[in-house]
Amino acid sequence: MTAAHQFLEQARRITRDLRHRGLIQTALRKYEVKRDEKKLAFPDWESARQAAAEVKWDAINHLDSYLEEFVARLEARGTRVHWASTAAEARDAILGVVRDRKAKSIIKSKAMTAEEIHLNDALEKEGYEVVESDLGEYIVQLRHEPPYHIVFPAMHLTRDEISDLFHRELGSAQTREPEELTMIARRVLRQKYITADVGITGANFAVAETGMISITENEGNARLTAALPRTMITLLGIEKVIPALEDLALFLPMLATAGAGQTLTGYNTMYSGPRQPGEADGPEEWHVVLLDNRRTELLADPEQRDALHCIRCGACLNVCPIFRNVGGHTYGTAYSGPIGSVITPHLRGLKDWKHLSGASSLCGACTEACPVKIDLHHHLLQNRRNAVVEDAPVLERLAYRLFAVVANHPTLWQFAKELGRTFQPFHRWILRTKLDPAKAWTATRDVPPMAEMSFKEWWRTRQ
Amino acid sequence: MVEDPAMSAREDILGRIREALRKPAPFPGHGHAPTAATTHSPAPPPAGARSNLHGSPVIPLRPSVAARPWLPPGGVTPAEQWDRFRTASTELKTAVEEFDSAEAAHARLRELAGEQGWSGIASHRAPLTDAALSALSALQLPTLLTDGGYPVNDMEKCSVGITECDALVAQTGSILVTSRSTGGRALSVLPPHHLVLARRAQLVPDLGTALEQAKARYAPHWPSMISFITGPSRTGDIERILVLGAHGPKQLTVFLLP
Repeated sequence: MTAAHQFLEQARRITRDLRHRGLIQTALRKYEVKRDEKKLAFPDWESARQAAAEVKWDAINHLDSYLEEFVARLEARGTRVHWASTAAEARDAILGVVRDRKAKSIIKSKAMTAEEIHLNDALEKEGYEVVESDLGEYIVQLRHEPPYHIVFPAMHLTRDEISDLFHRELGSAQTREPEELTMIARRVLRQKYITADVGITGANFAVAETGMISITENEGNARLTAALPRTMITLLGIEKVIPALEDLALFLPMLATAGAGQTLTGYNTMYSGPRQPGEADGPEEWHVVLLDNRRTELLADPEQRDALHCIRCGACLNVCPIFRNVGGHTYGTAYSGPIGSVITPHLRGLKDWKHLSGASSLCGACTEACPVKIDLHHHLLQNRRNAVVEDAPVLERLAYRLFAVVANHPTLWQFAKELGRTFQPFHRWILRTKLDPAKAWTATRDVPPMAEMSFKEWWRTRQ
Repeated sequence: MVEDPAMSAREDILGRIREALRKPAPFPGHGHAPTAATTHSPAPPPAGARSNLHGSPVIPLRPSVAARPWLPPGGVTPAEQWDRFRTASTELKTAVEEFDSAEAAHARLRELAGEQGWSGIASHRAPLTDAALSALSALQLPTLLTDGGYPVNDMEKCSVGITECDALVAQTGSILVTSRSTGGRALSVLPPHHLVLARRAQLVPDLGTALEQAKARYAPHWPSMISFITGPSRTGDIERILVLGAHGPKQLTVFLLP
């Protein structure tokens, strides 16, 4: 089954699932209230967006020099940097470190880039235990599911489902209290932290000026992942670079506000090396894996280059009428929602993923919500255009050519109209059946009857 | 010469980036001219502007921290700043207690140890923590100092982590800690209660000032970790309902000392 078929099939099922819809709407309404409240703390949100867009523009349009600056400073402090052109190279670099350290168990904090390269599958296939430590990620990992949302991985589940899951997988007693459920996970994961040999993290920003990565989180799980295991590995996309440390003073509050409706998330932490002389703890070694995985193809498209400004806050998902109806899993991609629909065709091929750009009302809510002003809905439109230029479907092309001929010849047009009016009554017999050639359209829509008299005919009777 | 595959991946990626960047991209703002919000200008950088390692021009995009009126304000006067810090702390569920003297703070510490039934204390060597630990020594609680390394299992048994901090941030109610000045990476997140001993003078208006101050203090010999802690550990992953103490401390307390 192609990705497009899978999308349609799952969308058809999910949009009719009222329970699912209720859950998502409730969760997102809570988010909206908090986000609007926190946006008011900015005296001028629009100027802050423009500033964020300009800083990211600077970073992405001088990516080579900022990356080299970032890497030079990291390496100067004893961090090993691995460059990975492809997902496979990134997986190999990480597997190599894990093998060398003879690791047994791995603790991981949230990283969408790891989802992108299917890192957990690769590690598990080699026999390593990988445990997700972010609560939401841990829950979906126990369900053998990908995260539902970039920021809220388990927003599609009720507390009862989570209680059942913990009961089944961890043997814990049933409870309806979110606090108790959280404590069950906390106890299990505490032990995992203490025994893990390797900690894997993602990164939200990479600061060129100081050679630091910055991680944003609420739970403290990334703090522990970067504190206890002997070896730390950080996987990040090359587009994460920002020029200066003080840029964080802008991006950290914007990410928190747009992403979760918070003034600032619980922990915003900058790492500049492995444990340094005189420090009490921290990993003995730190490996940073820089991932391209076709980001440079997106970079080569000046029209859509700003999609690399994305800070993965998830704001565009939260406001998107499509995401809110079809849900996160329907996309079948690591990055869902409008930003996922824009970048996935670049990362995984336009031919198989162009349907995502079709699944949009082009309402522009995403563009308006984006804290770094990515022109999302126009990029969806550009993807549609590019898909047609690259590979127009033969039947569609023929149909439009035929239409052009008919529309350019009044006699043919007249004839086609007569034909339509004569045969439309018979259409009713096959309407919405397999025989209906317009089934894709008529399945969810009414076909209005053609007027008995066209305007031209009516005009003639007036003369 | 044998080609180093790691080296070639680096050159491949940088090569693709340079090739891609040969075509310029429009400036952000959907075709609009830059706004007055930033001081972007393609003119040569002013004297003293940061240069990067490879000498490509750096566009002076950012005004000084003080000239960013669009970010959430941290307050101008000390009274405003304290007001913001307290309001933010209340909202975050950070407990802030103020004391006129170190003695009063130490008395409160002993009281807390009893109230919460502390079974062990983790801390580090620094002026404020040393004084606090000696004041607590009469209670004869097992005490772990992280300086120079420690067994993780011992810290796991401690009821509280007592640390100093580098700064308090009025704008966000945050506390800045580092791996060098506040006892390592785990001390402020592993024990279920994090208690911060801070001096009033450590309050700064906003994140930008805190970062500037840290840079002046440490660069280029940065602690391997610096972290803004904003409230106790929290999660909303189950039905977006707030739960404190997801992985880190359930309780965060700030003692303000003279």
